[in-house]
Amino acid sequence: MIARLVLNGRPREVEVRPNQTLLELLRDTLGIFDVKEGCDEGVCGVCTVLLDGRPVSSCLVLAAGLRGRAVVTLRGLERNGGLHPLQEAFVRHGAVQCGFCTPGMLLTTLAFLEREPRPDREAIRAALEGNLCRCTGYTKIVDAVEAYVRGELGHD
Amino acid sequence: MTDAVATRDALRIVGQPVVRHDARDKVVAATAYAADWALPGMLHAAVLRSPYPSARIVRLETKRATAMAGVAVVLTAKDVPRNTLATDVPGQTTAVGPLRATLHVLAEDRVRHQGEPVALVAAETLELARDAVEAIEVEYEVTPGVFTPEAALAPGAPPVHGTGNLLAQWRIARGDVAKALAGANVVVEGEYTTQLVDAAYLEPESGVAWIDSDGVITIRLSTQVIEHFRDVAEVLQVPQNRVRVIGTYLGGGFGGKEDVTVEAYLGLLTLKTGRPVKMVWTRQESLLSRAKRHPYRLRYRTGANAHGEIVAQQIELLADAGAYAYLSALVLLYSTVTAAGPYRVPAVEVDARVAYTNNPPTSAMRGFGAMQTVFAYESQLDRVARALGMDPVAVRRVNALRRGDTLPVGQVIETHVAIPELCERAWAALGPPTAARAPHIKVGRGLACNFQPYGRIVWLHDWASAWVGFEMDGSLVIRCGCPDVGGGQASSLCQIAAEVLGVTLTRISVHVSDSALTPLAGTTTASRQLYMSGNAVLKTARELRAGLLGVAAAMLGGDADDLDMDEDRVVTRDGRTLAIAGLLAECARVGVPRSHLGVYHAPAGEPVDLATGSGKVFPDYTFGAHAAEVEVDTETGLVRVLGYAAAHDVGRAINPQSVEGQIQGGAVQGLGYGLMEEVVVENGINLTTSFATYLIPTAADVPDVRAVVVESGEGLGPFNARGIGEPPIGPPAAAIANAIEAATGARITRLPITAERVARALGLLD
Repeated sequence: MIARLVLNGRPREVEVRPNQTLLELLRDTLGIFDVKEGCDEGVCGVCTVLLDGRPVSSCLVLAAGLRGRAVVTLRGLERNGGLHPLQEAFVRHGAVQCGFCTPGMLLTTLAFLEREPRPDREAIRAALEGNLCRCTGYTKIVDAVEAYVRGELGHD
Repeated sequence: MTDAVATRDALRIVGQPVVRHDARDKVVAATAYAADWALPGMLHAAVLRSPYPSARIVRLETKRATAMAGVAVVLTAKDVPRNTLATDVPGQTTAVGPLRATLHVLAEDRVRHQGEPVALVAAETLELARDAVEAIEVEYEVTPGVFTPEAALAPGAPPVHGTGNLLAQWRIARGDVAKALAGANVVVEGEYTTQLVDAAYLEPESGVAWIDSDGVITIRLSTQVIEHFRDVAEVLQVPQNRVRVIGTYLGGGFGGKEDVTVEAYLGLLTLKTGRPVKMVWTRQESLLSRAKRHPYRLRYRTGANAHGEIVAQQIELLADAGAYAYLSALVLLYSTVTAAGPYRVPAVEVDARVAYTNNPPTSAMRGFGAMQTVFAYESQLDRVARALGMDPVAVRRVNALRRGDTLPVGQVIETHVAIPELCERAWAALGPPTAARAPHIKVGRGLACNFQPYGRIVWLHDWASAWVGFEMDGSLVIRCGCPDVGGGQASSLCQIAAEVLGVTLTRISVHVSDSALTPLAGTTTASRQLYMSGNAVLKTARELRAGLLGVAAAMLGGDADDLDMDEDRVVTRDGRTLAIAGLLAECARVGVPRSHLGVYHAPAGEPVDLATGSGKVFPDYTFGAHAAEVEVDTETGLVRVLGYAAAHDVGRAINPQSVEGQIQGGAVQGLGYGLMEEVVVENGINLTTSFATYLIPTAADVPDVRAVVVESGEGLGPFNARGIGEPPIGPPAAAIANAIEAATGARITRLPITAERVARALGLLD
């Protein structure tokens, strides 16, 4: 079968198996390793991508059903070769330890802030509930998101 | 030099919250984790695992699987050159522990726990490999098993191995406990139960192996211990120098990647097929089969005088090792040594046992046996204080160890003990009390302290080595066999070298965790890497600096002691400078090395007799105090953590941001242990093999953790740092239990503290 998608702005057509997930398409077929695999059952949030702007667990999406929808992975955030200000905030505020949850965490955060640009800490925590982190205890992740929301790093 | 950088004010890069190079790589996903790796012609591997906790293998037939198109090889125990894997005391040690722990790489005639590996497959695709696993025919005869340590130690229990089920026992006896308890003003008795939990790192066990162009079997994987290359070589029956392990930056470890995971399987499969092979465990496989934290039953009798001073502790510990020994004997040793807490206790008896069962194996996990005991000794101390009407800070202040005191095991505490200050600061950091938001909601606060060894047991004669060298352009290279588990291990080594050699951080490249190309530095476990590899880099950089400044002194005139290295230059006291590139060119001309290999040896000792309390077991300890504010819904038993503060004396914070990260992350893992996490096992069958059933804290489950970083300037690490990887996971469960009693009067003695258990303790359920 052919899966059609717009991947980080570029239209792609890829041969897939009927049972192949978007996660498998990205990692195994296309070698896009900025998407990680954590649980393969939609619980941990590690494999989050943006599908038409909404965060989804790519392990739960069948590739063959994409029908031209837009998929954004972490590398889709790059701005003129530099870091996105949210990425910069994560680095500056120590929100990254092992880094395995980081791609999914960044994408979920951005999608959330599109909907709710001025959240408080509690709202940030609620929004990130579906993205597990085992290293940081979340405090510095929330710090980083708050700093970005305040525009500390050049974000308007 | 030593004096010049010993005081905080004189430090330039150490002590700064510098941005970690690995964080920059990770936010753009430039870090290639173990599973983010592929080679041409690579096979995919899968493991057949036992569905039964205790069974005989009557028949094992692989013909059908082997014949499937696309299957490269199917391996069982008889195909393994040496089917025994040593599982104790990995790393850079010259001595082993009191027991030799081993297991079979693949099961032979028996399986002893659910998930035990029976056969391996490598095939052209992962789907094919999994299909082939299902095509392997195994006939099991289920045999009686034992599923609690009590049952395992009962007379007539089925033996898990050929010998009895008692795996190890440690005893301490110091002072006259019976007499001291008889004379105590208050005696508190308690029995506590801690549960089986999983490290639950987000990156499952994974790796890729290949035979490199030099014929060396090369295994690139997520591991805390690259020195397992030796164990793999033994299994493959090849010389140790024909196996190379490359450790990737880990997606979390927490002790769960201390034992061998995929490397022996990958080594076997690449050796048998001659092709690259990839193995990535599923989450289910990881939760099913990986060694976990030991469940304990802890019985305490604690006596105190009218001033609240503990006069005696009588302690009985019983732990569940699961089906294989792994590091159980050492985990139990940590429990035994720490069982009486960071307090002066003149009379102590500890009787600690760990038994084999047919449950999932248990081994290393962050805290390593010094954690279960915290729940017991801090609950006990709180009850003593309550009985005497003392406040939680006061009772800990009067009992805290001080420098020069002797632990029950006979070890003298040689560094500062900040317990009183840590208690006060953690307690104060909670701020003004929160008012209960409804009549049925009760709010309370609890405090808990701990002490955790950092560095390995002294009789293991631990050491670490590092190589530091300048390139001709003045950029610096560090090579060190230290795995980076995500705590900033590699980045801290850069800070230490930058401090000594005056190199800008961005001009340093660090290569870590390669058994062939980086000098070996031992395990990233036991809170030892900052201490051990940090000291190795510090020593190496200082020795390199001495050689370079000798040349600089000849160039500039004067004494090398009057020179400093700063901002990529040599600087004289009168303000003259020499560019580093010029110095390096001169070194090349006169034949002075621009690089250096150094070795740091930790203080070593011989095994002690615990029972007679004959001496030192660990190099030193890190002390902590955590304070929690909780609200308890007295209609449902639901507990919510409203505020949390965690204070630790880290000696010196090399990177304060990384230190805070360890404290906050460890505290939240500890809250998971205290409030929600449990591997549920029924008759040896694991019922929680997914993240939908094995619950770890989400962002919405926990509050902000206020990290209180105290720097006493006393520790055995570089610039007097102490280890901080493990310590913060210890106190949370006890701090929560103590807060719940303060709020409601109900004492919870079993972990995790679920709403149901609280409701039961409040009398809401029958």
